[in-house]
Amino acid sequence: MATATVSSPDPGPVKTPFLTGTRGYVIRKISWSLGTLLFVLVFNFFLFRLLPGDPIGLYSRGRNMAPEQLVKLRAQLNRPVGAQFLEYLSNPFASTINSVRFNRPVWELVGERVWPTVLLVGTSILIASVAGVWLGIRSGWRRGGTFDRWTTGTTNTLYAMPEFWVGMVLLIALPFFPSGGISTPGVTGLLDTILDTAWHMVLPVTALAIVYLAEYTSIMRASLVDELRQDYLQLARAKGLREDLVRRRHAVPNALLPTMTLIFLNLGFVIGGAITVETVYSWPGLGLLSYEALRGPDIPLLQAVFLLFSIGVVVFTLFADLLYAVLDPRVSSQ
Amino acid sequence: MTTPTSARSITWARRRSTLARFWRDFRSHNTAIAGLAILAVFALIAIFAPLLADPDGLNVAKATAKGHQPPSADYWLGTDQNGLSILTLLVHGTRVSLIVGLSATAIAIVIGTLVGIMAGFYGGWARSLLMGFTDWFLVIPFLPLAIVLATVLGASLVNIIIVIGVTSWPGTARLVCAQTLSVRSRPYMERAKALGAGDWHQMTRHVLPNVMPVVVAHVVLTVSIAILSETTLSFLGLGDPTQQSWGNILDSAYGTGAMSNGEWWFVLPPGICVVLVVLAFTLVGRALEVVLNPRLKEG
Repeated sequence: MATATVSSPDPGPVKTPFLTGTRGYVIRKISWSLGTLLFVLVFNFFLFRLLPGDPIGLYSRGRNMAPEQLVKLRAQLNRPVGAQFLEYLSNPFASTINSVRFNRPVWELVGERVWPTVLLVGTSILIASVAGVWLGIRSGWRRGGTFDRWTTGTTNTLYAMPEFWVGMVLLIALPFFPSGGISTPGVTGLLDTILDTAWHMVLPVTALAIVYLAEYTSIMRASLVDELRQDYLQLARAKGLREDLVRRRHAVPNALLPTMTLIFLNLGFVIGGAITVETVYSWPGLGLLSYEALRGPDIPLLQAVFLLFSIGVVVFTLFADLLYAVLDPRVSSQ
Repeated sequence: MTTPTSARSITWARRRSTLARFWRDFRSHNTAIAGLAILAVFALIAIFAPLLADPDGLNVAKATAKGHQPPSADYWLGTDQNGLSILTLLVHGTRVSLIVGLSATAIAIVIGTLVGIMAGFYGGWARSLLMGFTDWFLVIPFLPLAIVLATVLGASLVNIIIVIGVTSWPGTARLVCAQTLSVRSRPYMERAKALGAGDWHQMTRHVLPNVMPVVVAHVVLTVSIAILSETTLSFLGLGDPTQQSWGNILDSAYGTGAMSNGEWWFVLPPGICVVLVVLAFTLVGRALEVVLNPRLKEG
């Protein structure tokens, strides 16, 4: 972008754009993600070292630690910050400090909590995105109509609800559902376990899906409304297509593109919901683990969870960017 | 500038007519007027909180009722675990929630506008650097970041304002940067530069006033998100334990098993207040967006 202005008499030669085309796009996106990862690592390392007070006290929080363990920990923390940082960078997942609360290596804890969260959040996203896309199409296509006004009103209201509050209200309103956890102790057998887990999932999935639904409906509606102004829809009508076909074959596929990527891009929003809803329902996932970590506070565990969430979002952002380039070649050829 | 008074009066007449036109446009949005009415009610509750409900009702030591009481003639919304009237907590919570929402938004808008204008105005490396930094903050998931910051800073009212403020600015920065870029390329900027205006003059006198309309709508929407964030953080126990906010009430309800006992009067009212205020800010913000940004009108 050459900006020839009055005050700069020599704007210089017009720059040839750096890294263009699909390959350039991919390289730019990947290097940006790597830069973000580095930023997250640096942030994660230094922020917790800015904490006031004796780090030992923070890491042990009054628990009785074996004296030799304390000596080891202090020796570790007494080394130059640069050396500590390099060691951290070489393998951020091998925290040498145990979780205070559970007294186990943090990554072991995180590892076993990943799947319940994936199950819960994945199911909610699936339900919410299908329903949200459908609602968004219905209300966006006839924007300003009765259905649209009702949907937009409901969406705004749902959007204003804290997701954990929805969870609490559901618990009071439907007391016959299990109030927490992922399974009933003593249930065995494959089919019984699946049914039992599904039964436990009903309320948390409902709470999350309700809030995600609002988000996805408004995204889909907005991108469909954007498409409605395009000329090609006019052309499709002019060649005699039924309104229904114009919508299904022309408008919706194009409107789905930004919606799909935005669903991936909004992982940060999804994580926020998971933390509070898992807390309300004692769902043994990463969200509840974050809550347990902050209530301590269990600093090593909090660091690990924060790192994992950030990496997850960076990876999904990259995925969304690349997916968008595949689905819509215009993006990378610009 | 031979007749300063008349120039000024012309300016004022123009401002008045702009304002009148703005109000006429805004008034045609029924939902926005409803939102404004809701906000007025809550603002009055917040201002007159000590008159509406005796502040002594917040003192656990002076509580006379039993804990976990259902609504009665004395306690319209029942009592919490310490025997305090939930209605009293709710009235005083309005204050805390609104103060946190507004102050955090102020911080976010100042940082965001500063970063956005700098990036958009200077362009080039400054823009790449500042916007790259902004994108990093946009990517880091909000709630985990806020939790980490709140844990590091400790729980107090000021800290929760800072935490929400410094995590909410990237959206503003992007918006302001985009708007600044479009303002910068307009002819009157070139004219100002040719007349010898410095960077500071250009930014404060030409860019800022033209960026403001977009920011105003964004501010109102940011307040709604900030209030939701405050509720979430307080619910997670990161709020100021000495101040009663709506989130703190929900935290006590959760912590003392209000859900399994079916104590709806403990859970429903604070949530409904949050929904009403957040919804009201959203409705006003959306209407402002349409009124101040005519391009959206068709959509």
